[in-house]
Amino acid sequence: MTVKLAPDLFSPALAKKSSRDGFGKALAELGERDRNVWAVSADVSESSRTHWFAEKFPERFVQVGVAEQNMAGVAAGIASCGKMAFISAFGAFSPGRNFDQIRVSICYNDVNVKIHASHTGLSVGPDGASHQVLEDMAMMRALPNMTVIAPADMEEARKATHAAAALKTPVYIRTSRENAPVFTTPDTPFTVGKANVCREGSDAAIFACGLQVYESLKAAEELKKEGIGAAVIDMHTIKPIDRVCILAYAKKCGVLVSAEDHQVDGGLGSAIAEVLAESSCPAVLRRVGMNGFGETGSCSELYKKYGLDAAGIAKAVRGALKRKK
Amino acid sequence: MNARNKSLMLSANTMRQDIVRMLTEAKSGHPAGSLGLADIFAALYFGVLRHDAKKPDWPDRDRFVLSNGHVCPVLYAALANAGYFPREKLMTLRKLGSPLQGHPHRGSLPGIENSSGPLGQGISMAVGMAIVSKREGRNWRVYSVMGDGEMNEGQVWEALLLAAKYKLSNLTAIIDRNNIQIDGTSDDVLPLEPLAAKLSSFGWNVLEIDGNDMGAILGAFDAARKNFEKPTAIIAKTVPGKGVSFMEGKFGWHGKTPNPEEAAQALKELDEQRKRLEAMA
Repeated sequence: MTVKLAPDLFSPALAKKSSRDGFGKALAELGERDRNVWAVSADVSESSRTHWFAEKFPERFVQVGVAEQNMAGVAAGIASCGKMAFISAFGAFSPGRNFDQIRVSICYNDVNVKIHASHTGLSVGPDGASHQVLEDMAMMRALPNMTVIAPADMEEARKATHAAAALKTPVYIRTSRENAPVFTTPDTPFTVGKANVCREGSDAAIFACGLQVYESLKAAEELKKEGIGAAVIDMHTIKPIDRVCILAYAKKCGVLVSAEDHQVDGGLGSAIAEVLAESSCPAVLRRVGMNGFGETGSCSELYKKYGLDAAGIAKAVRGALKRKK
Repeated sequence: MNARNKSLMLSANTMRQDIVRMLTEAKSGHPAGSLGLADIFAALYFGVLRHDAKKPDWPDRDRFVLSNGHVCPVLYAALANAGYFPREKLMTLRKLGSPLQGHPHRGSLPGIENSSGPLGQGISMAVGMAIVSKREGRNWRVYSVMGDGEMNEGQVWEALLLAAKYKLSNLTAIIDRNNIQIDGTSDDVLPLEPLAAKLSSFGWNVLEIDGNDMGAILGAFDAARKNFEKPTAIIAKTVPGKGVSFMEGKFGWHGKTPNPEEAAQALKELDEQRKRLEAMA
């Protein structure tokens, strides 16, 4: 059964917002509700959307400057006093630069720190490859005690942040700066670890996270015209991965495609490959993602060039279907 | 001799003997730094820190954050002697299934505030705790012991800057200035001097003491408590391997443990020191 989404998914009237906004909104809501919520920023409070929280709750906001390693450690110290601390920065620097601090000060201590990365993947665009973190989910997925979530749009990011706050353990939330259609609604369900089936189909199943979920919905619409029924699944939680859902579609379709704005090695595609490899369910898998560094360009130009847009995903589905025959 | 100082020096001697026994049994670990810091840990756990071994989670306790986790034998000895866990457990150090992990793990043992090992991380956590105490108007303080070699890590200086920004006068960092690290003396590996000038230019109240002199240690902690403007850094010059003649000042004993003969010699020396101390008026 599919989850409830916006009524006209492909309407140009759909609001365009960034998922980082959803995070920032939820953080301010959490701050209102719970005096134990703190936020720590590394000189990017506006662009990583902790500034709404900071304006309302300056007594629970810590500005550490351009010092992501210290940010992670300070948050761990705050959390060790019974608080919930959110750290927020560009993904290239947190977790890109402070992996050791996240591993030991946060995960090994098992303290209640949530890590939000606002600028992730090729979607960072013109800033170029140094800022386009494409390895963060691989790093975070390998850590014990960590949950990894990559929401699909603004509304889902808001819900994911609230869901993360309900956990007492470290959570990594991966959002994007790019304004994109908000196609989930306040009524769309969100449960950590439970994938959302956005569209049914029995020929192939596309598992996507982040901005690629909407691109996959567009791809499925395109494929429908060719008589191909593609299911689209929003895999917002990368760890713990929803094996039940993956195996159900492996059985049903036999053809799976993963799509993510991340290196294909180590991210969502790898997680799905691991589930398939350890199962007795034979299925074809094609992984859409990056194999190398990005470059300067707009988000849509880069997605087109590297096959992360609807056309690229549809092409991967056709290729996977051919391999099955 | 002042009775309080004498009692703390006896505690330090007990901890040194524990450290030698633990490390000999474990056959790996870090004796030099642990022995050098015994006086400071005795002062902290039996004189300075507001804590209660029966209530390790007491919300108003002072926080002690060990930043250079490899000297954990001295922390374990202090915690055991303070009553956090039975002293017999000390002999399980570094063994499979022991709560006394090779580097401290929060959650494995009561009284451990932070997991540590990778250098530079504890001081950041200490800063986070001190911010909470200050912002919430609590009166508990935060103490952190760091190594001088640890100050090679950039993260330390990030943390120092932030502590000064927020005027964390409730934070005291003790820098174990023993001048040894793995590849040699810290003066050779990466010179830190002028360390005191660096720290004061970073906005810290800086005190320099002989870190093996109990009176000086207690005096520095008192002075730190009386500063209401700045975080305090106590540069404690300690003798690595203090109390064991053949280890004193030798960087080779940073990460090497004594064999049974060396341990017997070390314990004999420490026992003689104890007797001399007990005989003092």
